[in-house]
Amino acid sequence: MSNEAILQVRGVSKSFGGVKAVDNVSFDLVKGKILGIIGPNGSGKTTLVNLITGFVKKESGEVFFKGKNITNLPPHKIANLGVARTFQITRPYYSLPAFKNLIVPLYSPRVKQTTGGRLGDRDAVAIDLLEEVGFERDARVPYKLASTLPLGYLKRLELSRCLALRPEVIICDEVFSGLSMAEIATMIPLMEKLQIEGITLMMVEHRLRELFQLVDRVMVMNFGEKIAEGTPEEVMETKEVKEAYLGTEAG
Amino acid sequence: MSIFALLALAFDFLAEYVGIICLGGALFIGVGGYIAGVSNSWFGLSPALTIPIATLGGAFISTLILLPCLPLRGIYFAIISLMYPLVLPRIIEALKLFGGTDGIAGLTTFPNIWVDQYLIIAVVLISLFALRRLVSEDMGLVLHGIKDNDQAVRASGINITWYKIQALFIAAAIGCFAGAYLSHLYGWVGISLFGLDFSIMPIAAFVLGGPGTLIGPVLGAFILTPLSEMLRAFGALRIVFYALILVGFIVFRPEGIMNYFQRKYHQFERWIEV
Repeated sequence: MSNEAILQVRGVSKSFGGVKAVDNVSFDLVKGKILGIIGPNGSGKTTLVNLITGFVKKESGEVFFKGKNITNLPPHKIANLGVARTFQITRPYYSLPAFKNLIVPLYSPRVKQTTGGRLGDRDAVAIDLLEEVGFERDARVPYKLASTLPLGYLKRLELSRCLALRPEVIICDEVFSGLSMAEIATMIPLMEKLQIEGITLMMVEHRLRELFQLVDRVMVMNFGEKIAEGTPEEVMETKEVKEAYLGTEAG
Repeated sequence: MSIFALLALAFDFLAEYVGIICLGGALFIGVGGYIAGVSNSWFGLSPALTIPIATLGGAFISTLILLPCLPLRGIYFAIISLMYPLVLPRIIEALKLFGGTDGIAGLTTFPNIWVDQYLIIAVVLISLFALRRLVSEDMGLVLHGIKDNDQAVRASGINITWYKIQALFIAAAIGCFAGAYLSHLYGWVGISLFGLDFSIMPIAAFVLGGPGTLIGPVLGAFILTPLSEMLRAFGALRIVFYALILVGFIVFRPEGIMNYFQRKYHQFERWIEV
């Protein structure tokens, strides 16, 4: 296995007022692997995602994607390079049917470029993508309005919107949160399948047990700082992690 | 009448399909009107040339001056877009540009009643069907996505500012055409082209006709303008009655005429089947 870093994050920081939301965080995303990011509430995980994908301006630090500096690119350019993200609070286009939600990313420059403009029937491609993320159980669901879908489907819709971009990296911001155990159980094979297809994943999660089944490495954050990184077992043994995050649970 | 129909159409397109509440109707009319007036009176171009120039050039200028506030959303954009039609006439007054408060008189008027009255109806219909087509195309979906959730569109690798500019340009072009047409209809341009009627009336038509239907605001304008003329008989009380009718609509039919009839029609169809 190669250890080539596809995404390098170097010392990024961001403050909101007096609060250091993300403080000098550095890590590498290894191609084809899954990196988990955990940490207590308010430890800066989502801000980190926003910083990498350009939704929030960085105060300092740099981000490289395949060696290219993407630090100051706007979000749509980063997405077009192949770094897709999901949102913790799902952001569908509520007044459109589910499959029409995917027409928007399918219309992006990246998809036009990768398919050479020959995508064929976009509606059919969109429905295939929804089936890929687990909409196949009910054939009518893709045609329902996004505002009527339950959370489980919305999270899948978020993921399929990323997949529509044919990305190389997907940054998942809490795809498991708010889902039942049964729903998570169906999501895990999906994430494994994505990894096998060669997509690099970075998963921000609260659900440790499920996350640890999936990930190769974990990074722990607390108060905006990176406090540990390693395999799940290594990280769980670290004193700071136990204190900061797992103390009560593991204790 | 058709002027307001065009403005209402542009407003509906921006508000319901792109999510930009633009009160710049008066801005579009004013910019379009002045460009047509200046090119006709100073350079002696015929209306067949000045109207296209005013439509495209005016749309370009309007888009350009609204560009800095495009990242704003909802009511904030509305306030800024309302500011321009208030500021520009003061500038024209103060600097005595384009004839100052007197405006530019003696523009070429239309040669016959057909162009005078019916050309604009054709333009209303063309813009209506063009916009209907546009919103159901891919670009319309992207714009709809921007309205529902602009962050998600950015995450999908699409430059939302560029799409907003395009949408604004289309709406501004419609508005500027109306302004240019108006200036040749009157044979005169002046600062009253920046009158707030042009910003507010389209919203009344939009509310009355049915937001989000495109055809609804056009109908609304066709109902409201004659109504406003009829109410002239009440003299000063005109505005009061006008306001009462609008309030009545907002309270009893907030969805607007078009949506109401659409729903009734669907109910009626179903009722036949059962």
